[in-house]
Amino acid sequence: MTEQVVDRAVFENLKAMMGEDFIGELIDVYFEDTPLLIAEMRKALSIQDTEVFRRAAHSVKSNSANFGAMQLSMLARELEMMGKDGKIEAAVPKLERLEVEFQKVQLVLKDLENGH
Amino acid sequence: MGTRRLANEAGRILVVDDNKVNRLLLARGLEQQGHSVSIAENGRRAMEVLQAGNFDLILLDLQMPEMDGYQVLEQLTKDLELRNIPVIITSAVEELDEVARCIEMGAEDYLTKPLNPILLKARIGSSLEKKRLRDQQRELIRKFATSEVADELLEKGFTLGGQFVDASAMFSDIRSFTTIAESQSPADTIELLNTYYTLMFEAIGNHRGIVNQMVGDGLMAIFGAPLPQEDHCKQAVLAALEMIELIDLFNCDQAAQGKAQIRIGIGIASGQMIAGYTGTLSRATYTCVGDTVNLAARLETHTKIVGEPILIDETTQVHLNRSIQTIEHEPVQLKGKTQVVKIFSVPTGQEVSI
Repeated sequence: MTEQVVDRAVFENLKAMMGEDFIGELIDVYFEDTPLLIAEMRKALSIQDTEVFRRAAHSVKSNSANFGAMQLSMLARELEMMGKDGKIEAAVPKLERLEVEFQKVQLVLKDLENGH
Repeated sequence: MGTRRLANEAGRILVVDDNKVNRLLLARGLEQQGHSVSIAENGRRAMEVLQAGNFDLILLDLQMPEMDGYQVLEQLTKDLELRNIPVIITSAVEELDEVARCIEMGAEDYLTKPLNPILLKARIGSSLEKKRLRDQQRELIRKFATSEVADELLEKGFTLGGQFVDASAMFSDIRSFTTIAESQSPADTIELLNTYYTLMFEAIGNHRGIVNQMVGDGLMAIFGAPLPQEDHCKQAVLAALEMIELIDLFNCDQAAQGKAQIRIGIGIASGQMIAGYTGTLSRATYTCVGDTVNLAARLETHTKIVGEPILIDETTQVHLNRSIQTIEHEPVQLKGKTQVVKIFSVPTGQEVSI
């Protein structure tokens, strides 16, 4: 299960690049930033601002891919595409799936950070 | 060997990304590799940071608020100084179409996110190396061309690799310089040489020539390379006339101060020559070689015999199309030439319509 949520190879790459000490700090920023981006997407959805929606989804996609959270990144990408096409009316269920996926990613990353 | 040196070369890098995680990740990753890193959260901020600082490389995200990556690239190409800094686009895999557009716009390379540390290191190393070579080239141009010509060269682009060019070569030196040097103090001699070179650079630069060699009291200049120039023959002769005029003015000044006066001799020959960047990595110059160049040097020496300050060869004379008055002299047998050559002097002080 863990393998599906976060791709270990990508995560290890990231760790090698950032250094052992710094990876925790980066994960913290990611954990702080993502809920803000999700909130932004929700707000954009309520006022039908496709551009803000697209941009926030783009950031979630990019950030998640850095950590190897590929499922999450894919979901964000699909939402980004909806924003790009200007059709975000039907985005709510997907956004909810993204939130659930983010919670899973958080658990796995915390585990990995602690060296499990 | 080469790769190791590349990897060790530290640079000043600007990371432009609106995404905090990406910024942190890149900044930290690059610092780990020994580089010094600055960050900007959008294009507008990036331009401010770039104007204020000195950078070797830019890592640029495409999608950003306020001013996106494309707009940054566009601004960079317009700026004579900044466009020398290589740009690596950082993008998602699915944005590769857009990356192609960026490379057409002048970006050096790209990296896909999530970043691969080995690729990151390799691409950064190679871009920094390119920047280093470009800086070296710019430095070189600044030394052999006046700033106007240098700017034009940098703006239009040029090749320093060996190639055939159609150009005019000019040699000039001071008559009886040794005698002058013996008659005055060393300080006066050096001051005299510096004034002389300043005046000659001025005249040559005014006609879009470049001075590529200075030896003692002599210099060599090229018209028509590395920047192609349709009327290089005429420009070279006009420069020669201006040089004589400036020397005359200088002499008036010297005479008024009771100082030594100088006379110069100039030889010009035109035609095909081999142009290129020669020397070693640490010391090199742009130069032209070939028969035409040798002929120009011989003509310069020959001015002493003919007693005229400016001598030109037949090719140069023909290309003047009578726009400048010339006088044909007795053909001469010059050193290194099997046949006699036609030579022409250019009367000084003549009015020339341009």
